[in-house]
Amino acid sequence: MIDRRTTLRWLIAAPAAAGLVVAAAGLAAEPAAREIHISAKRFEYTPSTITVKLGESVVLLLTAEDRIHGFKMPDFNLRADIVPGVTTTVRLTPDRAGKFSYFCDVFCGDGHEDMEGTMIVVA
Amino acid sequence: MTTGYDRREFLRLGGIAGVAFASGLFSTAGARAQAADFHFVQFSDTHWGYAGAANPDAAHTLEKAVATVNGLASQPDFIVFTGDLTHTTDDPKERRTRLARFKEIVSALRVKDVRFMPGEHDAALDRGEAYKEFFGAPYYTFDHKGVHFIALDNVSDPAAKVGDEQLAWLAADLKQRKPDDRIVVLTHRPLFDLYPQWDWTTADGAKVMELLMPYRNVVVFYGHIHQEHHHTTGHIQHHAAQSLIFPLPQAGSQPKRGPLPFDAANPYRGLGTRDVGVSPASGYGIKELPVAKA
Repeated sequence: MIDRRTTLRWLIAAPAAAGLVVAAAGLAAEPAAREIHISAKRFEYTPSTITVKLGESVVLLLTAEDRIHGFKMPDFNLRADIVPGVTTTVRLTPDRAGKFSYFCDVFCGDGHEDMEGTMIVVA
Repeated sequence: MTTGYDRREFLRLGGIAGVAFASGLFSTAGARAQAADFHFVQFSDTHWGYAGAANPDAAHTLEKAVATVNGLASQPDFIVFTGDLTHTTDDPKERRTRLARFKEIVSALRVKDVRFMPGEHDAALDRGEAYKEFFGAPYYTFDHKGVHFIALDNVSDPAAKVGDEQLAWLAADLKQRKPDDRIVVLTHRPLFDLYPQWDWTTADGAKVMELLMPYRNVVVFYGHIHQEHHHTTGHIQHHAAQSLIFPLPQAGSQPKRGPLPFDAANPYRGLGTRDVGVSPASGYGIKELPVAKA
Protein backbone atom coordinates (compact mmCIF):
# COMPACT_ATOMS: atom_id res chain seq x y z
CA MET A 1 0.00 0.00 0.00
CA ILE A 2 1.11 3.57 0.41
CA ASP A 3 4.05 3.08 2.67
CA ARG A 4 5.63 0.58 0.36
CA ARG A 5 5.17 2.76 -2.66
CA THR A 6 6.77 5.90 -1.51
CA THR A 7 10.43 6.57 -1.14
CA LEU A 8 10.12 10.32 -1.10
CA ARG A 9 11.36 12.42 1.68
CA TRP A 10 8.38 14.33 2.87
CA LEU A 11 6.67 15.63 5.87
CA ILE A 12 3.53 17.62 6.42
CA ALA A 13 2.81 19.41 9.62
CA ALA A 14 -0.59 20.47 10.87
CA PRO A 15 -1.36 24.17 10.44
CA ALA A 16 0.60 26.06 13.03
CA ALA A 17 -0.43 29.07 15.05
CA ALA A 18 2.02 31.14 13.07
CA GLY A 19 -0.15 30.60 10.04
CA LEU A 20 2.57 29.18 7.90
CA VAL A 21 3.55 25.59 7.79
CA VAL A 22 6.92 24.62 6.50
CA ALA A 23 8.04 21.11 6.98
CA ALA A 24 10.82 19.32 5.24
CA ALA A 25 13.05 16.41 5.94
CA GLY A 26 16.68 17.35 5.61
CA LEU A 27 15.79 20.90 4.71
CA ALA A 28 19.14 22.39 5.57
CA ALA A 29 20.99 20.04 3.26
CA GLU A 30 18.77 20.59 0.26
CA PRO A 31 19.18 23.10 -2.54
CA ALA A 32 16.64 25.87 -3.06
CA ALA A 33 13.39 24.40 -4.25
CA ARG A 34 11.09 25.81 -6.89
CA GLU A 35 7.85 27.11 -5.46
CA ILE A 36 4.54 26.18 -7.05
CA HIS A 37 1.38 27.90 -5.90
CA ILE A 38 -1.84 25.91 -5.93
CA SER A 39 -5.13 27.55 -5.03
CA ALA A 40 -8.14 25.50 -3.99
CA LYS A 41 -11.81 26.38 -4.18
CA ARG A 42 -14.96 24.40 -4.71
CA PHE A 43 -14.49 22.22 -6.80
CA GLU A 44 -11.14 22.84 -8.46
CA TYR A 45 -7.48 23.44 -7.99
CA THR A 46 -5.69 26.18 -9.90
CA PRO A 47 -3.61 25.09 -11.63
CA SER A 48 -5.12 21.68 -12.10
CA THR A 49 -1.96 20.39 -13.74
CA ILE A 50 1.59 20.97 -12.55
CA THR A 51 4.75 19.72 -14.18
CA VAL A 52 7.98 18.96 -12.37
CA LYS A 53 11.18 17.23 -13.34
CA LEU A 54 12.27 13.92 -11.98
CA GLY A 55 14.46 14.59 -8.97
CA GLU A 56 13.55 18.26 -8.82
CA SER A 57 12.86 19.63 -5.38
CA VAL A 58 9.66 21.63 -5.31
CA VAL A 59 7.60 23.33 -2.66
CA LEU A 60 3.84 23.35 -3.09
CA LEU A 61 2.26 26.44 -1.54
CA LEU A 62 -1.38 25.57 -0.96
CA THR A 63 -4.09 28.13 -0.25
CA ALA A 64 -7.89 27.93 -0.02
CA GLU A 65 -10.20 30.64 -1.37
CA ASP A 66 -13.53 29.66 0.14
CA ARG A 67 -13.46 26.96 2.81
CA ILE A 68 -11.29 24.17 4.13
CA HIS A 69 -10.17 21.69 1.51
CA GLY A 70 -7.82 18.78 1.48
CA PHE A 71 -4.80 17.95 -0.62
CA LYS A 72 -4.05 14.29 -1.00
CA MET A 73 -1.58 12.61 -3.31
CA PRO A 74 -1.60 8.93 -2.28
CA ASP A 75 1.10 7.88 -4.74
CA PHE A 76 3.59 9.93 -2.74
CA ASN A 77 1.86 9.50 0.60
CA LEU A 78 1.16 13.22 0.84
CA ARG A 79 -1.82 14.88 2.46
CA ALA A 80 -2.60 18.20 4.10
CA ASP A 81 -5.51 20.36 5.12
CA ILE A 82 -5.79 23.64 3.23
CA VAL A 83 -7.32 26.22 5.53
CA PRO A 84 -8.43 29.68 4.36
CA GLY A 85 -5.97 32.33 5.49
CA VAL A 86 -3.16 29.85 5.91
CA THR A 87 -0.48 28.88 3.41
CA THR A 88 0.20 25.20 3.74
CA THR A 89 3.57 24.12 2.44
CA VAL A 90 4.38 20.70 1.10
CA ARG A 91 7.88 19.87 -0.08
CA LEU A 92 8.68 16.95 -2.30
CA THR A 93 11.31 15.60 -4.63
CA PRO A 94 9.70 13.10 -6.98
CA ASP A 95 11.76 10.03 -7.68
CA ARG A 96 9.44 8.55 -10.30
CA ALA A 97 8.25 9.81 -13.64
CA GLY A 98 4.60 9.67 -14.62
CA LYS A 99 1.23 11.25 -13.94
CA PHE A 100 0.02 11.39 -10.36
CA SER A 101 -3.32 12.69 -9.20
CA TYR A 102 -4.05 14.90 -6.24
CA PHE A 103 -7.52 15.51 -4.93
CA CYS A 104 -9.61 17.00 -2.15
CA ASP A 105 -10.25 14.59 0.69
CA VAL A 106 -12.30 16.96 2.86
CA PHE A 107 -15.89 16.67 1.66
CA CYS A 108 -16.90 20.06 0.27
CA GLY A 109 -20.21 19.53 -1.55
CA ASP A 110 -21.79 18.33 -4.75
CA GLY A 111 -18.78 18.24 -7.01
CA HIS A 112 -16.28 17.25 -4.33
CA GLU A 113 -15.56 14.00 -6.12
CA ASP A 114 -14.44 15.98 -9.19
CA MET A 115 -11.99 18.20 -7.34
CA GLU A 116 -8.66 16.88 -8.48
CA GLY A 117 -5.50 17.74 -10.32
CA THR A 118 -2.51 16.04 -11.90
CA MET A 119 1.20 16.29 -11.22
CA ILE A 120 3.25 15.31 -14.25
CA VAL A 121 6.77 14.21 -13.46
CA VAL A 122 8.97 14.24 -16.56
CA ALA A 123 12.21 12.31 -16.82
CA MET B 1 -6.50 -9.62 -0.93
CA THR B 2 -9.86 -9.62 -2.60
CA THR B 3 -12.00 -12.64 -2.01
CA GLY B 4 -13.59 -14.11 -5.08
CA TYR B 5 -16.82 -15.93 -5.36
CA ASP B 6 -14.89 -18.97 -6.50
CA ARG B 7 -13.65 -19.35 -2.95
CA ARG B 8 -17.14 -19.60 -1.66
CA GLU B 9 -19.46 -22.43 -1.29
CA PHE B 10 -23.03 -21.60 -2.05
CA LEU B 11 -25.85 -23.52 -0.55
CA ARG B 12 -29.48 -22.87 -1.14
CA LEU B 13 -31.32 -22.56 2.09
CA GLY B 14 -34.75 -23.54 3.06
CA GLY B 15 -36.85 -20.73 4.34
CA ILE B 16 -35.07 -17.98 2.44
CA ALA B 17 -35.72 -18.67 -1.19
CA GLY B 18 -32.88 -17.62 -3.38
CA VAL B 19 -30.39 -16.83 -0.64
CA ALA B 20 -26.97 -18.22 -1.33
CA PHE B 21 -25.00 -18.98 1.76
CA ALA B 22 -21.29 -18.45 1.92
CA SER B 23 -19.52 -20.68 4.32
CA GLY B 24 -16.26 -19.65 5.81
CA LEU B 25 -17.18 -16.04 6.37
CA PHE B 26 -16.65 -16.66 10.02
CA SER B 27 -13.39 -18.00 11.32
CA THR B 28 -15.13 -21.32 11.74
CA ALA B 29 -14.20 -22.03 8.14
CA GLY B 30 -15.38 -25.30 6.79
CA ALA B 31 -18.56 -25.34 8.74
CA ARG B 32 -21.56 -25.82 6.50
CA ALA B 33 -24.49 -23.55 6.45
CA GLN B 34 -27.51 -25.41 7.65
CA ALA B 35 -30.10 -22.69 7.89
CA ALA B 36 -30.21 -18.99 8.47
CA ASP B 37 -31.19 -18.00 11.98
CA PHE B 38 -32.31 -14.72 10.57
CA HIS B 39 -31.69 -12.38 7.69
CA PHE B 40 -31.54 -8.66 7.16
CA VAL B 41 -31.53 -6.43 4.11
CA GLN B 42 -28.94 -3.78 3.37
CA PHE B 43 -29.77 -0.67 1.37
CA SER B 44 -26.96 1.72 0.59
CA ASP B 45 -26.28 4.94 -1.24
CA THR B 46 -29.84 5.79 -2.17
CA HIS B 47 -28.83 9.43 -2.81
CA TRP B 48 -32.37 10.73 -2.69
CA GLY B 49 -32.44 14.11 -4.44
CA TYR B 50 -29.83 13.30 -7.07
CA ALA B 51 -30.71 14.59 -10.51
CA GLY B 52 -28.40 13.80 -13.38
CA ALA B 53 -27.73 11.81 -16.49
CA ALA B 54 -26.36 8.83 -14.59
CA ASN B 55 -29.88 7.90 -13.46
CA PRO B 56 -32.87 9.48 -15.25
CA ASP B 57 -35.11 7.35 -13.02
CA ALA B 58 -33.61 8.70 -9.79
CA ALA B 59 -36.95 9.95 -8.52
CA HIS B 60 -38.41 6.43 -8.54
CA THR B 61 -35.55 3.96 -8.07
CA LEU B 62 -35.78 3.93 -4.28
CA GLU B 63 -39.53 3.39 -4.35
CA LYS B 64 -39.08 0.43 -6.68
CA ALA B 65 -36.45 -1.11 -4.43
CA VAL B 66 -38.73 -0.70 -1.43
CA ALA B 67 -41.48 -2.50 -3.34
CA THR B 68 -39.09 -5.30 -4.27
CA VAL B 69 -38.00 -5.83 -0.68
CA ASN B 70 -41.63 -5.68 0.46
CA GLY B 71 -42.28 -8.50 -1.99
CA LEU B 72 -39.74 -10.89 -0.53
CA ALA B 73 -41.42 -14.12 0.46
CA SER B 74 -39.52 -14.11 3.70
CA GLN B 75 -39.40 -10.66 5.21
CA PRO B 76 -36.11 -9.76 6.90
CA ASP B 77 -35.87 -9.30 10.64
CA PHE B 78 -34.62 -5.77 10.06
CA ILE B 79 -33.24 -3.45 7.41
CA VAL B 80 -30.11 -1.30 7.46
CA PHE B 81 -29.22 1.73 5.36
CA THR B 82 -25.46 2.23 5.19
CA GLY B 83 -25.32 5.89 4.33
CA ASP B 84 -25.75 8.47 1.61
CA LEU B 85 -29.48 8.35 2.16
CA THR B 86 -29.68 11.68 0.36
CA HIS B 87 -27.61 13.47 -2.24
CA THR B 88 -25.75 16.42 -0.80
CA THR B 89 -26.89 20.01 -1.07
CA ASP B 90 -25.47 23.27 0.24
CA ASP B 91 -28.93 24.43 1.33
CA PRO B 92 -29.73 23.30 4.90
CA LYS B 93 -33.46 23.60 4.22
CA GLU B 94 -33.24 21.50 1.09
CA ARG B 95 -31.13 18.94 2.98
CA ARG B 96 -33.94 18.54 5.49
CA THR B 97 -36.52 18.36 2.70
CA ARG B 98 -34.58 15.51 1.13
CA LEU B 99 -34.13 13.70 4.43
CA ALA B 100 -37.85 14.06 5.13
CA ARG B 101 -38.86 12.76 1.71
CA PHE B 102 -36.40 9.88 1.99
CA LYS B 103 -37.84 8.96 5.39
CA GLU B 104 -41.35 9.12 3.98
CA ILE B 105 -40.48 6.78 1.10
CA VAL B 106 -38.79 4.16 3.28
CA SER B 107 -41.66 4.29 5.76
CA ALA B 108 -43.46 2.13 3.21
CA LEU B 109 -41.18 -0.80 4.06
CA ARG B 110 -43.18 -3.62 5.57
CA VAL B 111 -40.43 -4.26 8.06
CA LYS B 112 -40.50 -1.52 10.67
CA ASP B 113 -37.21 -2.29 12.39
CA VAL B 114 -35.01 -0.07 10.23
CA ARG B 115 -31.54 1.16 11.18
CA PHE B 116 -29.91 4.15 9.54
CA MET B 117 -26.36 5.40 9.16
CA PRO B 118 -25.18 8.60 7.52
CA GLY B 119 -22.99 9.00 4.47
CA GLU B 120 -20.86 12.03 3.71
CA HIS B 121 -23.61 13.36 1.43
CA ASP B 122 -25.99 13.42 4.40
CA ALA B 123 -23.71 14.60 7.14
CA ALA B 124 -20.32 16.00 6.13
CA LEU B 125 -21.35 19.58 5.37
CA ASP B 126 -23.03 20.18 8.74
CA ARG B 127 -21.28 17.50 10.78
CA GLY B 128 -24.44 15.47 10.99
CA GLU B 129 -26.70 18.16 12.42
CA ALA B 130 -29.64 17.62 10.06
CA TYR B 131 -29.15 13.86 9.93
CA LYS B 132 -29.42 13.60 13.72
CA GLU B 133 -32.67 15.56 13.71
CA PHE B 134 -34.23 12.84 11.58
CA PHE B 135 -32.43 9.66 12.57
CA GLY B 136 -30.73 10.20 15.90
CA ALA B 137 -27.25 9.10 16.85
CA PRO B 138 -24.94 8.44 13.90
CA TYR B 139 -23.15 5.61 15.72
CA TYR B 140 -24.64 3.02 18.04
CA THR B 141 -24.93 -0.68 18.74
CA PHE B 142 -27.73 -3.18 18.86
CA ASP B 143 -27.99 -6.89 19.42
CA HIS B 144 -30.06 -9.37 17.50
CA LYS B 145 -30.30 -13.10 18.09
CA GLY B 146 -26.80 -13.47 19.43
CA VAL B 147 -25.06 -11.13 17.01
CA HIS B 148 -23.66 -7.79 18.14
CA PHE B 149 -24.08 -5.04 15.54
CA ILE B 150 -21.95 -1.90 15.63
CA ALA B 151 -22.87 1.06 13.43
CA LEU B 152 -19.90 3.36 12.91
CA ASP B 153 -19.89 6.93 11.63
CA ASN B 154 -16.91 7.68 9.39
CA VAL B 155 -18.53 10.56 7.50
CA SER B 156 -19.77 13.30 9.84
CA ASP B 157 -16.19 14.51 10.03
CA PRO B 158 -15.68 15.83 6.48
CA ALA B 159 -12.13 14.51 6.59
CA ALA B 160 -13.55 10.98 6.79
CA LYS B 161 -12.38 10.26 10.29
CA VAL B 162 -14.04 8.14 12.92
CA GLY B 163 -12.35 10.33 15.48
CA ASP B 164 -10.89 9.80 18.92
CA GLU B 165 -14.19 10.11 20.78
CA GLN B 166 -15.90 7.42 18.72
CA LEU B 167 -12.80 5.23 18.82
CA ALA B 168 -12.87 5.38 22.62
CA TRP B 169 -16.58 4.52 22.56
CA LEU B 170 -15.85 1.58 20.25
CA ALA B 171 -13.03 0.35 22.46
CA ALA B 172 -15.28 0.49 25.51
CA ASP B 173 -17.99 -1.44 23.71
CA LEU B 174 -15.59 -4.09 22.46
CA LYS B 175 -14.21 -4.60 25.96
CA GLN B 176 -17.58 -6.05 26.86
CA ARG B 177 -17.37 -8.64 24.09
CA LYS B 178 -15.80 -12.06 24.26
CA PRO B 179 -13.15 -12.89 21.64
CA ASP B 180 -15.45 -15.29 19.83
CA ASP B 181 -18.59 -13.13 19.90
CA ARG B 182 -20.28 -12.62 16.54
CA ILE B 183 -19.82 -8.98 15.59
CA VAL B 184 -21.14 -7.20 12.51
CA VAL B 185 -19.85 -3.72 11.75
CA LEU B 186 -22.03 -1.48 9.62
CA THR B 187 -20.57 1.69 8.18
CA HIS B 188 -20.45 3.85 5.07
CA ARG B 189 -16.89 4.12 3.87
CA PRO B 190 -14.43 1.23 3.63
CA LEU B 191 -12.44 0.81 6.82
CA PHE B 192 -9.40 -0.29 4.82
CA ASP B 193 -7.46 1.38 2.02
CA LEU B 194 -9.53 0.05 -0.86
CA TYR B 195 -8.25 2.63 -3.31
CA PRO B 196 -6.80 5.78 -1.74
CA GLN B 197 -6.34 7.35 -5.20
CA TRP B 198 -10.11 7.74 -5.27
CA ASP B 199 -10.40 8.42 -1.57
CA TRP B 200 -11.98 5.03 -0.99
CA THR B 201 -10.76 4.72 2.54
CA THR B 202 -11.32 5.97 6.09
CA ALA B 203 -8.63 8.31 7.36
CA ASP B 204 -8.30 6.50 10.68
CA GLY B 205 -9.77 3.19 9.57
CA ALA B 206 -6.60 1.39 10.60
CA LYS B 207 -7.32 2.32 14.21
CA VAL B 208 -10.78 0.77 13.94
CA MET B 209 -9.32 -2.39 12.45
CA GLU B 210 -6.74 -2.57 15.22
CA LEU B 211 -9.53 -2.52 17.78
CA LEU B 212 -11.53 -5.17 15.92
CA MET B 213 -8.66 -7.50 15.13
CA PRO B 214 -8.64 -9.40 18.48
CA TYR B 215 -12.19 -10.56 17.82
CA ARG B 216 -12.39 -13.69 15.75
CA ASN B 217 -15.84 -13.33 14.21
CA VAL B 218 -16.11 -9.88 12.73
CA VAL B 219 -17.66 -8.99 9.38
CA VAL B 220 -18.06 -5.50 7.92
CA PHE B 221 -20.88 -4.40 5.62
CA TYR B 222 -20.52 -0.98 4.04
CA GLY B 223 -21.34 1.13 0.98
CA HIS B 224 -19.80 4.28 -0.56
CA ILE B 225 -18.22 2.65 -3.61
CA HIS B 226 -21.53 1.86 -5.36
CA GLN B 227 -20.66 -1.70 -6.30
CA GLU B 228 -20.36 -5.14 -4.83
CA HIS B 229 -16.86 -5.73 -3.50
CA HIS B 230 -15.31 -8.25 -1.14
CA HIS B 231 -12.06 -7.91 0.72
CA THR B 232 -10.29 -9.54 3.61
CA THR B 233 -8.12 -7.84 6.24
CA GLY B 234 -6.55 -10.64 8.23
CA HIS B 235 -9.55 -12.68 9.31
CA ILE B 236 -12.05 -9.81 8.92
CA GLN B 237 -14.13 -9.67 5.79
CA HIS B 238 -15.52 -6.50 4.25
CA HIS B 239 -18.50 -6.54 1.88
CA ALA B 240 -19.46 -3.44 -0.08
CA ALA B 241 -23.01 -3.09 -1.38
CA GLN B 242 -24.41 -1.78 -4.61
CA SER B 243 -26.11 1.59 -4.65
CA LEU B 244 -29.59 2.62 -5.74
CA ILE B 245 -28.54 5.61 -7.81
CA PHE B 246 -25.67 4.81 -10.18
CA PRO B 247 -22.79 2.35 -10.27
CA LEU B 248 -19.21 3.53 -9.97
CA PRO B 249 -16.34 1.95 -11.89
CA GLN B 250 -14.06 -0.65 -10.43
CA ALA B 251 -11.15 0.89 -8.56
CA GLY B 252 -8.54 2.19 -10.98
CA SER B 253 -10.34 0.89 -14.05
CA GLN B 254 -10.63 4.38 -15.54
CA PRO B 255 -8.93 7.72 -14.89
CA LYS B 256 -11.80 9.27 -12.94
CA ARG B 257 -14.18 7.87 -10.35
CA GLY B 258 -17.28 9.30 -12.01
CA PRO B 259 -20.50 7.33 -12.45
CA LEU B 260 -20.79 4.70 -15.14
CA PRO B 261 -23.00 5.96 -17.97
CA PHE B 262 -26.68 5.18 -17.85
CA ASP B 263 -27.68 2.16 -19.92
CA ALA B 264 -31.21 2.73 -21.21
CA ALA B 265 -31.49 -0.89 -22.30
CA ASN B 266 -30.66 -2.06 -18.79
CA PRO B 267 -31.52 0.85 -16.53
CA TYR B 268 -30.89 -0.92 -13.22
CA ARG B 269 -27.59 -2.50 -14.17
CA GLY B 270 -25.26 -2.40 -11.20
CA LEU B 271 -27.95 -1.22 -8.78
CA GLY B 272 -29.74 -3.09 -6.05
CA THR B 273 -30.02 -4.06 -2.42
CA ARG B 274 -28.66 -7.03 -0.53
CA ASP B 275 -30.15 -9.79 1.54
CA VAL B 276 -27.84 -11.11 4.26
CA GLY B 277 -28.63 -14.40 5.93
CA VAL B 278 -27.02 -14.92 9.31
CA SER B 279 -26.29 -18.27 10.79
CA PRO B 280 -24.08 -17.81 13.82
CA ALA B 281 -23.16 -21.47 13.66
CA SER B 282 -21.60 -21.21 10.25
CA GLY B 283 -21.59 -17.90 8.47
CA TYR B 284 -23.32 -15.31 6.39
CA GLY B 285 -25.21 -15.68 3.17
CA ILE B 286 -25.21 -12.81 0.74
CA LYS B 287 -27.62 -12.38 -2.11
CA GLU B 288 -27.73 -9.28 -4.26
CA LEU B 289 -31.30 -8.22 -4.94
CA PRO B 290 -32.40 -6.33 -8.07
CA VAL B 291 -34.09 -2.95 -7.94
CA ALA B 292 -37.21 -4.40 -9.50
CA LYS B 293 -38.43 -7.84 -10.35
CA ALA B 294 -37.57 -8.86 -13.90
